[in-house]
Formats: sequence, structure tokens, C-alpha cells
Amino acid sequence: MWDYSEKVKEHFFNPKNAGVLSTANAVGEVGALACGDALKLMLHIDPVTEIILDARFQAYGCGSAIASSSAVTELVIGKTLAQASAIGSRDIANHLGGLPVEKMHCAVMGYEALQSALAAFRGEARRFEHEEGALVCRCHGVDERVIEGAIREHQLTSVEQVTARTMAGSGCTTCYERIEDILVRVTAEALRIQEAAQIAAEAAAAQAKEPAPGTVTLLAARPRPAQPRAETPRPASAVAASSPLTPSSPLPPPSAGMTNLKKIRLIEETIEDLRVYLRKDGGDCELIDVDGSNVLVSLTGACVGCQMASVTVSGIQERLIAKLGIPMRVIPVGRNAHGL
Amino acid sequence: MTAIYLDNNATTRTDPSVVEAMLPYFSESFGNASSAHSFGASVGEAVKAARQQLQALLGAAHDHEIIYTSGGTESDNAAILSALEAMPDRNEIVTSKVEHPAILSLCEHLEKTGRAKVHFIGVDKLGQLDIEAYRAALSDKVAIVSLMWANNETGTIFPIEGLAELAKQHGALFHTDAVQAAGKTSIVLKDSAIDMLSLSGHKLHGPKGIGALYVKKGVRFKPLIRGGHQERARRGGTENVPAIIGLGKAAELALAHMAEEQGRVKEMRDRLEKAVLQRVPNCLVNGDRNDRLPNTLNLAFEYVESEAILLHLNRAGVAASSGSACTSGSMEPSHVLKAMEVPEAALHGAVRFSFSRDNQASDVDRVIETLPPIVEKLREMSPFWADAEKKTNDKPVFA
Repeated sequence: MWDYSEKVKEHFFNPKNAGVLSTANAVGEVGALACGDALKLMLHIDPVTEIILDARFQAYGCGSAIASSSAVTELVIGKTLAQASAIGSRDIANHLGGLPVEKMHCAVMGYEALQSALAAFRGEARRFEHEEGALVCRCHGVDERVIEGAIREHQLTSVEQVTARTMAGSGCTTCYERIEDILVRVTAEALRIQEAAQIAAEAAAAQAKEPAPGTVTLLAARPRPAQPRAETPRPASAVAASSPLTPSSPLPPPSAGMTNLKKIRLIEETIEDLRVYLRKDGGDCELIDVDGSNVLVSLTGACVGCQMASVTVSGIQERLIAKLGIPMRVIPVGRNAHGL
Repeated sequence: MTAIYLDNNATTRTDPSVVEAMLPYFSESFGNASSAHSFGASVGEAVKAARQQLQALLGAAHDHEIIYTSGGTESDNAAILSALEAMPDRNEIVTSKVEHPAILSLCEHLEKTGRAKVHFIGVDKLGQLDIEAYRAALSDKVAIVSLMWANNETGTIFPIEGLAELAKQHGALFHTDAVQAAGKTSIVLKDSAIDMLSLSGHKLHGPKGIGALYVKKGVRFKPLIRGGHQERARRGGTENVPAIIGLGKAAELALAHMAEEQGRVKEMRDRLEKAVLQRVPNCLVNGDRNDRLPNTLNLAFEYVESEAILLHLNRAGVAASSGSACTSGSMEPSHVLKAMEVPEAALHGAVRFSFSRDNQASDVDRVIETLPPIVEKLREMSPFWADAEKKTNDKPVFA
């Protein structure tokens, strides 16, 4: 049983303003039978003064859903439209002396119903419908599409980043695993797109630099570094897919006329950016040399002997390819070399 | 006002005679059952006696087929993981969509990590297994079939012995989670095709934190917890002796009370069911009414949400549940009722009443008196009820 405040229990057992408001001129409806909670908020607003004269509700849901609905009516009666517009889900929860984090979505429902009613009064359409099953974070009413959009737009790579952008997962955290799954799926999709773009870019580059008959291109003769593919299972794919090592932007077209100095600087910058993440995990990666398309690095600390070292190397490689737009091969060297 | 407890599928009151049997093993008989000296020897004998009490409850051929565990979840995990390890040439699992999370979570994890392919077999509207889908899923790739004997939410009983026979035709191991069934319905494992069975102490008036896994003699078993040679090296760790003694006593009592469970307890359950159906419109019974645990009643009230009902019931001194106690912290509707395709209007309104030998006829009277006005009050507040009432006035009430 939830740990409800006395105020929540009071509003639940003796709800205020329950029932139909026959004089309502603004109605907001959110939720559905399928979702397990729904609220119909009815307001009577004075069209001249824009003061909410009366409010009633009908609610279907758990104890905190009914309590939140009751609280909304208490909060809005006597308020102007502008004042009511400023009421947020946190105000509703506070009015109830707090709600368990797992039940914050009930306060969100109250907020959404209020915003819908006010929008209806203004003649605007404001909908808060979530597709069935798409609602991921019930505490904050965040659905799958919002999370997917945030991951794509901001190249998010961790649940913490998703939470910071969307609030999803900052409540009861029961949706944590689902956010992780979405993160892996969307990142894998992005990788597939990048891979396709990379292959196309390589093909275009090869076509542009078609060698004269009889010449040998060393890079082409070397075996192509293994590229992880989504359909090929690999250990800890979730970690790899959501790692900062993952390229953060679509593959640019192959750089034309890049000087060696510029190339080395870009390589240095890229590796320097990644070292921050590796150091967090107790590892490190130092640039040793650049030999044509070969980037020689030295892995140290936790990266040495790590089962994920090859993933780290290929991650660096992918990142460099994305940044420079030319085929590159990262090779660990030195006394800690893994001998790729 | 005396509180009425009708949530016995979540846990039961530890029987006073179970507590009494356990007490000496905290103080006077504190020896380690594995010790060779006299302090340990007598304790070892008591642990053996408890094993025989469990053997009797389960109708097992040998007492050494019983392995003590920490409870139903450990038993379930041990059974499935053992089968995968013992049968390396097979990597498929067959289970149902209505299993306890102790099975479902593990199977989902095994599938997600690529360690097994899992067939989650569906159920019909009564919660009975889709036998055709079950037959189709069986093959020589299946390492283990794990199906519950009785469902914790609805009480629906699967025809376990027959399902086990089918599994054996394909050489698969057969495990059953009998956590709800043990002590409430007759179980005879000797000469059955059942290879493994899980049970839990606190579901049959025993202590919490103790359970058992039955492993038929001859079945290859790989331990989940490795350590010392306790339990014939099948489950490491010093024996939880007081709890084991309690479990043994609880098993003995469960066997003795089985007739009561199937008689007096069932009568109380049926009286409540009939009275609520008569008094409350738009109310459904979830589960197979012809093949159900005698103590379980799952009622779904359309257009109200179960937690709201439970809060009112709790204030009136009646403790019930919205389904599985393990998932009641979740806002998602019951996976069991979803698998049974319970209508949308009733999916969130399910309340489970589960009885035990501790209940009295007066408990039923109190619920009959209390419940209908609660549902009525909540429905009056529901935005869906007025419309639903108009529609349902024209159709017969389910009864």
C-alpha cells in the first residue's frame, strides 16, 4: 500500500467538488480506461473577469488520481485564467502534502486536464494523449516518442542524459530499463545509418581516386577493419551503442585536400575528447603517431587487458572516421599493445 | 474493529504451532546441522524429519529429492538455470505468459542476454493454457518446460501432470512452480512426469525466507548456489535450521488441513463470490471457476480502479489485493489479466480475495456488507460509469 499523506487520504476519502458541473464552459479530459486513470475537469469561468467561479471533476483511477483531481478543483476556484495557467503538477502535489514518486503522474494528469480545460476555453486545442503502451515515464508523463526525439536530436548516450533532457526516469525509476532499451535501439539505428553513409562515402572516394592501371593502393589492400553491425551479436552491445565512443554526428563527406597538420590536429582533438570518458572508467588512450591512414595509440590503465578494449579501439576508429571523413585504422602499440 | 485478512496468496500468518516448533532451534538446539558432534547431530536429525514432512506433502518417493532453498524465487531460478546447464545441447525454454515474475523475469533476462530462446505460451479467457501452442513449441531443442501449477492471481489450475507427460515425449525437463498449489490441492509426485517443483514456506502458514525445490531422483541437477556440501552439495550455505523446522511443521499441518481448505474455505470463497455477483453489476470473475484453487477469488469491477477499492476496504478493516503482491507496486495492469484478455473496462479493477483456514464466516459477511457501497461510490465519481450503466442495463449481468 502506498505511503500517502494525511492530506491525500482526506482528499481521497472525502473528495471536494466531485460530480458533474452543469454550468461548465471549459472542460478538460485526459487519460483513458486503457491507461487505468482518467480525469474530466469541468470549469465555470466568468467570460468577462476570467475568474474561475466553480470547478468539479469526475475521475477514474487510484487513490492519488482521485486526490489530485480533488486538489486541482480546490486550487483553481477563485483564480484568474492567468493564475490557473501557472499551476503546475508540483503545485498539485504540494497541495496534497506530497505524493509518492511512483504516483507523481497523477499530479501530472491534474495539470494536463487543467491546461486542456483552459485551452478549450480559449478556443485552442491542447491534447495530452499518449498512445497506448507508449508512455514510458508515468511519473512525469513522458512517452517513447519524446525520448526517441531527444536521443536523436542531442545524440544522448546515457540514461542520465535522457533524464536530464526529458525528466523521464527521475521519479520512481521503474522505467529506467525501458529508457535504456530505447537508447540502445535508437543508437543502433543511428549507427546503421552512419555505416551505410560511410560505405557510400568510401565507394564515392574510391571512384573519385580510381588508380591508374598497374598501381597498388596500400590501404585498399589491407583488410578492412571489422565494423560492428546491428544484426551481429556482440558482447555488451548496449554499452558500446550508448558509449561516448559512438560517433556523434552523421559521417561527413570525405575531406578533400586536408593537410597532414590539419589531419593530425583533428585526430589529436578527437582522442583528447574521448580520453575524458576513458579516464572516468580508470583507463586512458594516448596518441603515439600518425602514419598515413594508421593512427597509433597506446592504451593504459583499465583499458589494458579490458575485455572491451577492442570495442574501445573500434569506437575510436569510428569516431575518427566520422570526424575526418576518410578511412582510418586505429592500432594499439607500445608496451601495452594489444596486437591488433 | 477486528481487521480481516483476505490476502493469503500474498502471505499467510505463521501458524502458532509452527512458531512453537521453531523456537528451540534458535536457543537450545542451536548446533550446525553439518557438525559431527552431538550439538549438530540432533539438529541434523530434525532437518531430516522436516524433509520427510515435505516428502509427505508432495507425495515424493524419496526424502532426498527435497532441497531446501530461500523460497519460491530461488527454487524457480535454480530449476531453470540448472536445466540449461545440464542440457547444453538444448537452449529453449517453454513457459507461459501468466507465470510469476520469479519465472518471467528470469526467462526474459535469459532471452535478452541470448542464453536461451523462450516460448511464452498464451492462455484463454479462463487463464487455461493454449494446449495447441504448447504442443507446437515442444521440440528436442527444449531444455525445460516451466509451468505453474496454480495461478497466484486467479487460482486457475493447469493440468500439470498431463502437461509434464507431453514435455517428456520430447525429452525436456519439466518444472512446476507450485508455490500457490502446495498445501491447497493434492500433489503426488511419485510416478509423475514432473522433474522439479518449487514451493515456499510462507504461503502455507510457514515462515518467510524458506522454500524447497523437489528434484526427482535421477534428474541431472546443477546447483545455483555453490559452497559447502549442504543439501548433498546441491545448495551451499549453512542450513536455516529454525525455518526448515518451521517449513516441515507447516507442511505437516497443510496436509492435515487439506480437506478443510477444499471444504470450509471453498464454501466461504463461493459464498462471497455469489453474493458480490448478485449485489454488484458489471462485475466479472477472473479465472477458471471449474478448475481453480479453493481459496482464491479474483473479481474485476468495471469502470473503477482496484487501488481505490482497496484503500476503502482497508479503511473498513479488510485486507485484500489487486493481484500479485510482488507486482502491486507497479502501475501496470496485471500481466495475467492482460494475457487472459480481460475487457479493458475491467482490466484495472481487479481485486483478489484469498482465504485460508484462519478465516471465519463472519469475515465473508463483513466483505459482503462493505464492498458493494464502495464500488458504487467510486463508480458515481467515474467519468465512464453513467454511459456504461446505460449500455449495460440492456444486457444480462454476468453471474
